[in-house]
Amino acid sequence: MTWIPEVASNLASKVDGVLLLITLMSLVFFILITVVLVYFAIKYRRKSEDEETPYITGSEPLEIIWTVIPSILLIVLFVYGYVVFKDMRTPPKDAVEISVQGKQWLWTFDYYNGKKTINELYVQYNRPVRLVMEAQDVLHSFFVPAFRVKQDLVPGRYTQLWFTPTKIGTFDIFCAEYCGTGHSAMLGKVIVLSPEAYEIWEKGVKVDEGVGVASLPPAELGAKIYKEKGCNACHSLDGSKIVGPSFKGIFGHPVELQDGSTVDVDENYIRQSILEPQAQVVKGFAPVMPSFKGILSDEDVTALVAYIKTLK
Amino acid sequence: MANHTIAHNVYVPFLEKKGILSWILTTDHKRIGIMYLISISFFFLVAGVFALLMRYELLTPASDFVQPHTYNVLFTLHGSIMVFFFIVPGLAASFGNFLIPLMIGAPDVAFPKLNLGSYWIYLLGAAIVLIALAKPADTGWTFYTPYSATTDTDVVLITLGVFVLGFSSILTGLNFIVTIHKMRAPGMTWHRLPLFIWASYATAILQLLATPVVGITLLLLITERTLGVGFFDPAKGGDPVLFQNFFWFYSHPAVYIMIIPAMGVISEIIPVFARKPIFGYKAIAYSSLGIAFISFLVWAHHMFTSGISDIAATIFSFLTFLVAIPTAIKVFNWTATLYKGSIHLHSAMLYALAFIFLFTIGGLTGLFLGALAADIHLHDTYFVVAHMHYVMIGGTVMGFFGALHFWYPKWFGRMFNETVAKIAWLFIFIGFNVTFFPQFFLGVQGMPRRYATYPPQFESLMSLSTYGSWILGFGIFIMTLNLIAGLINGEKAPQNPYGSLSLEWQVPSPPPLENFEEIPHVTDWSYGYGKKK
Amino acid sequence: MGDASTEHSHGHHMDPAVEYSSSKLGMWLFLGTEILLFGGLFAAYAIFRAKYPEMFFEQHVELNKKMGAVNTCILIFSSLTMAMGVSAIQRGKQKVTAILILITILCGLGFGVVKYFEYSAKFHHHIYPDTSIFFSLYFLMTGLHMLHVFIGLTILSVLFVLTLKGKFTAKYSTPVEVGGLYWHLVDLIWIYLFPLLYLIG
Repeated sequence: MTWIPEVASNLASKVDGVLLLITLMSLVFFILITVVLVYFAIKYRRKSEDEETPYITGSEPLEIIWTVIPSILLIVLFVYGYVVFKDMRTPPKDAVEISVQGKQWLWTFDYYNGKKTINELYVQYNRPVRLVMEAQDVLHSFFVPAFRVKQDLVPGRYTQLWFTPTKIGTFDIFCAEYCGTGHSAMLGKVIVLSPEAYEIWEKGVKVDEGVGVASLPPAELGAKIYKEKGCNACHSLDGSKIVGPSFKGIFGHPVELQDGSTVDVDENYIRQSILEPQAQVVKGFAPVMPSFKGILSDEDVTALVAYIKTLK
Repeated sequence: MANHTIAHNVYVPFLEKKGILSWILTTDHKRIGIMYLISISFFFLVAGVFALLMRYELLTPASDFVQPHTYNVLFTLHGSIMVFFFIVPGLAASFGNFLIPLMIGAPDVAFPKLNLGSYWIYLLGAAIVLIALAKPADTGWTFYTPYSATTDTDVVLITLGVFVLGFSSILTGLNFIVTIHKMRAPGMTWHRLPLFIWASYATAILQLLATPVVGITLLLLITERTLGVGFFDPAKGGDPVLFQNFFWFYSHPAVYIMIIPAMGVISEIIPVFARKPIFGYKAIAYSSLGIAFISFLVWAHHMFTSGISDIAATIFSFLTFLVAIPTAIKVFNWTATLYKGSIHLHSAMLYALAFIFLFTIGGLTGLFLGALAADIHLHDTYFVVAHMHYVMIGGTVMGFFGALHFWYPKWFGRMFNETVAKIAWLFIFIGFNVTFFPQFFLGVQGMPRRYATYPPQFESLMSLSTYGSWILGFGIFIMTLNLIAGLINGEKAPQNPYGSLSLEWQVPSPPPLENFEEIPHVTDWSYGYGKKK
Repeated sequence: MGDASTEHSHGHHMDPAVEYSSSKLGMWLFLGTEILLFGGLFAAYAIFRAKYPEMFFEQHVELNKKMGAVNTCILIFSSLTMAMGVSAIQRGKQKVTAILILITILCGLGFGVVKYFEYSAKFHHHIYPDTSIFFSLYFLMTGLHMLHVFIGLTILSVLFVLTLKGKFTAKYSTPVEVGGLYWHLVDLIWIYLFPLLYLIG
């Protein structure tokens, strides 16, 4: 177990500096008060009922000392916190801009070159990134602990944050602002690629590079997509109702639609539900699913169908 | 009932009369205090059970005990019941009612009937919330829009309950302010007032000023859901963040409505068991008012990541650090009171010392959240959960338990088992720290709050926290049993078991119907312990 | 409640002068909270008017200025009669007080009638609280105010009956004074609402 998460952005070490200073100051005061408290409680324990105590009602010098010293320290903390905050709020001009949408309960990322990913944010090592973010339904909050950045996404306005990744690897994205049933499943990954790998990713024809492990058998690939593309936030595997219908035992059975008609869940229905989710919504569910057209390839959809078939 | 006349020089304890009507129609502040005490304790235990269920779900990363939706309902109910039905009315309504007239030498509060009315309104609010449990809300106790405006759970009823409750809070605060202004016994000058009275006064001002704003905010949320008003709905030109501004304008002062009475309790307990005058009386008294004032200017420190402007964030961060100063002054003065004292570690004193220790941690960790850069990382993580519980349990609840053990003999005329009380204290103290201290580390590592399921890297600390909640729950269970047992078969309490100088200890236990046979003439403050030079 | 209160009857232990000043202080504090309650709506008004000045200007013309002005006059007049009523009871004139309170009540009812016609006209034109932010504010502010008018009327009716029964004298007029204060608040809030909603421009 580590005390603090990985340091993976230029801002992380600066924020850690603030955390460290406050920790040290707090420890000094905490130890001081605790030691005095325990010492007094032991030293001046009542030994007999008729003990005499002095009539001390206060001390102005002491009041002044313990008002002024903490005040000065607090101003130091404020200034330090502010200076780093200012850095965190001022993106460099050459930052790469990526737009982020938060929606119950997944993240979508739109890149300058027309690429689009879900729940996976691809960025290049050592190149500043500015995220321009908007929520489509309720509040969300984009939080990457390893980068020490967090910003709420608000419907109807843009908010932004920036960072420069300083470590190659994969890091957690959490939704930090409560957004409903699937809040704790609204997870994503930031994938920091080396400049070479990023170039390949940028030019790659396939949009779902992160998932595309084509050598897997379809059902296994489908299982992977189910987790990584956020299907699991809304569709359970155990029959429980989250937001969308559970996948358990759904294949090959008829479902009732909103207009009262029924349809058999076959390959085509699943395919249509992924690419045009609003077309035939199952009764009792809200039409809130986003389209995965352009995000999932044909192979991906086929893999998902194969996976859903296995869920008896 | 009406032809029962009171012979004035015969001692009739206020608990003498029996029968349900003698309770629900009483205008006696001591009885109303008891009714509040029972009601808030009930809600405390109910919301505590919700907390235990939540922690049980969080024992493992997966949602294997309840569904995520159920978990969300649990933390919503835990939060809103604890905040609005236990901790906000809490000490102020129960011990405030019992103690204010006794401490200032008055036969009752200024408006006894209004006082009873306030209690009924509290019950009405509580009843509405109980009905709302049929389809419980899943918004969190903060009711943030737009989620609270769109979820299909029942938000209207629970907010309506809280709205109604607000009136109880306003009327109680109003009653106490007038009582403290107008009903003090001759010689009870402002600078002779017990510090609990100063604390109650500051609290009452906050209740009066802040509660109407949350009232209108919740009303707006209700109209948003029922009439289609769009103040918080961006699609209609509204602003979802406006709700947060309104909400925290109340709810940050509300934090001090919750903690200031507990600070008052500590200021009463420590001098008695240290047999020393309170150190820095004026500093403590005025810092209550200082906190009350500044608390209105810091609300947006809950919103540093919400999209407010950087300038606003900077100003609010600065003001937040300001509020730390009067708080620190209080801690230093309490500690200094112990110096050269004759300290008796009675269970009430143990709670007071635990308060200082835990509240110091709560206060210091608040600095992390006040500092802009640090808050960006820590906001909405378990760090906030831990900080808040160190202030609310470590502070307010310790103060509440301390008050229960301290004034128990006076209020009920009986003693509880002191050894059991100390054992319970130990369980509570250890259990509390095991539950919440790990959450600071969870927060620093990035574990977000309000997660029904969580990534596996957090499992060991999360399980530890759950084990702690069992110890804590066990301690509170023992304490409750002990206090109930004392009511049934405790020894009769003497008038003044701890040798306190405060007025409430100069009348029999339990106090007579109208408190004082004759209104006392006060000649000194109530902290004149020790030998004057 | 009667039984319980006579049983403990704290009021009897209270010095009448203290009781009088307590009641007044209590009422002033309560009026303060009422203003804060409306304060939330005034704040919302300020924020949205700053954000959408054109919308406020364009939509406020839908409101009936004449009816608003009539209502303003009615309320100001009723405040006057209430103040005269308070001064009459302080001089011990019970009958005059009762009449003045009755006139105040009638004014309050008149205000309600005018408001009823205004609201019906709005609904007739399909203007509802969810029509726009401006009309949300209009309905909420005037609606909350109307609620206060009703509460005020209830208080005044009780005062009227008690005055007729001779409960109040020159020495004991606290409830009339305190009730009067409340009615002045109702009037005062309307005096702010009228220009803010009807006279934009």
